[in-house]
Amino acid sequence: MNLNFTLIAQAIAFAILIWFTIKFVWPPLLNAIEKRQKEIADGLAAAQEGKLSLEVAAKKNAESLNEVKQKGAEIVSQAEKRASEIVESAKKVAKEEGDRIITSAKSEIDQEINRAKEDLRTQVSTLAIAGAEKILSKEIDKKAHADMLSKLAKEL
Amino acid sequence: MADSAYNTPADYIGHHLSNNTYALSDHDLMILHIDSVVMAILIGILSIGLIWLVARKATSSVPTKTQAFVELIFSFIDSQVSAIFHGNRHTFVAPAALTVFLWVLMMNAMDFLPIDIMSKFYGFLGLHEWKHVPTSDVNTTFGLALGVWFLMIFFGIKAKGLGGWLHEFFCEPFGSKIWVWPANFLFNLIEYVSKPLSHSLRLFGNMYAGEVIFLLLGLWAATGVSGIFFSSILGAGWAIFHILIVVLQAYIFMMLTVVYLAMAQEGH
Repeated sequence: MNLNFTLIAQAIAFAILIWFTIKFVWPPLLNAIEKRQKEIADGLAAAQEGKLSLEVAAKKNAESLNEVKQKGAEIVSQAEKRASEIVESAKKVAKEEGDRIITSAKSEIDQEINRAKEDLRTQVSTLAIAGAEKILSKEIDKKAHADMLSKLAKEL
Repeated sequence: MADSAYNTPADYIGHHLSNNTYALSDHDLMILHIDSVVMAILIGILSIGLIWLVARKATSSVPTKTQAFVELIFSFIDSQVSAIFHGNRHTFVAPAALTVFLWVLMMNAMDFLPIDIMSKFYGFLGLHEWKHVPTSDVNTTFGLALGVWFLMIFFGIKAKGLGGWLHEFFCEPFGSKIWVWPANFLFNLIEYVSKPLSHSLRLFGNMYAGEVIFLLLGLWAATGVSGIFFSSILGAGWAIFHILIVVLQAYIFMMLTVVYLAMAQEGH
C-alpha cells in the first residue's frame, strides 16, 4: 500500500465519469421521470375534473327527470279532466235528445188518443142514434135532433 | 486453494495482494498500478455505460423493466441527495453521487469473484500479478477522495467567494478575534486533512480486509479435507456478509461525498 501516480490516474478517470454522467446519463433520466410525474399529475387532475362534471351531469339529469315527471302528471290530469268533461257533455246531449224523443212520443200518443176519442164519440153517437131508433122504432128526425146529438157526443 | 507454486503462506498472500505495476520513471511516486487503473476504467465504462444505454432511450410513458430498474437507482440517489444537499442538485451533485455510488459499488463487487480461479484466468492471459478489486488499492480510494476534496474546496469558494472561504478558514469555529486565528487555522487544517483520509481509508480498509479474509480462508483450504470443508462454509458465509459490506461501503462513500459537498456550500 503505497501512494503513487495511480491515484492521479484514478482521479482523472473519476472526473471523466462524473462529466459523462452529468452530460449524458442524468438529464435524460431526469427528464423522463419528471415528464412522467407531470403526466400522472395531469391525468389525476383530469380524472378529478371528469368526476366533477359527471356529478354535475347526474344532478342535471335528475332535475330534468323531475321536470318531465311533473309535466307528465300535469298532462295526465288535464286529459282526465277533459275526458270527464266530454263524458258530461255527452250525457247532457243524450239526455236532451231522450227528453225530446219522449215529448214528441207523448204528443203523438196524445194525438192518437184524441183521434181515437173522436172516433169513439162519433161511433158512440151513431150507435146511440141507431139504438134509439131501434128502441123507439120510430124514425127520428135526424136534423131536428142533430144538435142535441152533437151536444151529447161532446159530452161523452 | 493454494497453488503449489507458492512456497509459503506469505508468498501466497503477498502474490495476491501485490499490484501489477508499471514504472513511468525511476521515481517512487511515478509508478502506475496497471491493474487498478484498467479495472477501474473498465468497470466505470461498464456500469455508467449500461445506464447510459438505458438513459439514452428513456421514455416518459410506460418504462421497460430495465428502465424501471435504472429509475429505481436514480430515485434512490436523488432522494438521498435531496435530503442533504439544498440547492440545485441536478446540475452537479446528484449525478456525481450517482457516478460515485455505481462505480464504487461495482468496483467493490469485484470482490465476489473467486480470487484463485480468477488468478488462474489472469495467468492464462499472461498477467501474473493482477488485483481485480480497484477499491482494495488505496490509490483508487484516495484518488476518488482527493477528487471530492478538490470539489469541496471549489464548492466552498464558489458559494462564499475566495474571501469568504478564507475568512471561514481563519475565523471558524472559535470566532474572528485575531489571537484565535492560529487555533482556527489548525482546526480547519485538521478537518481538511482528515476528511479525505477518513473518506478513502474507510472504503480501502473494508475492501482490503475482506480480500485478506478470503485469502486466509484459501490458505486454510490448502491444509486438507477439513480445511476445505470449513473454509468453504466460512467462505460462503463471509461472501454473503460481504454483499452487505460492498453495498454499505459504496453507500457510505456516496453519502459522505454528498455531505462534504453540502457542508462546503453551507458552511459551519
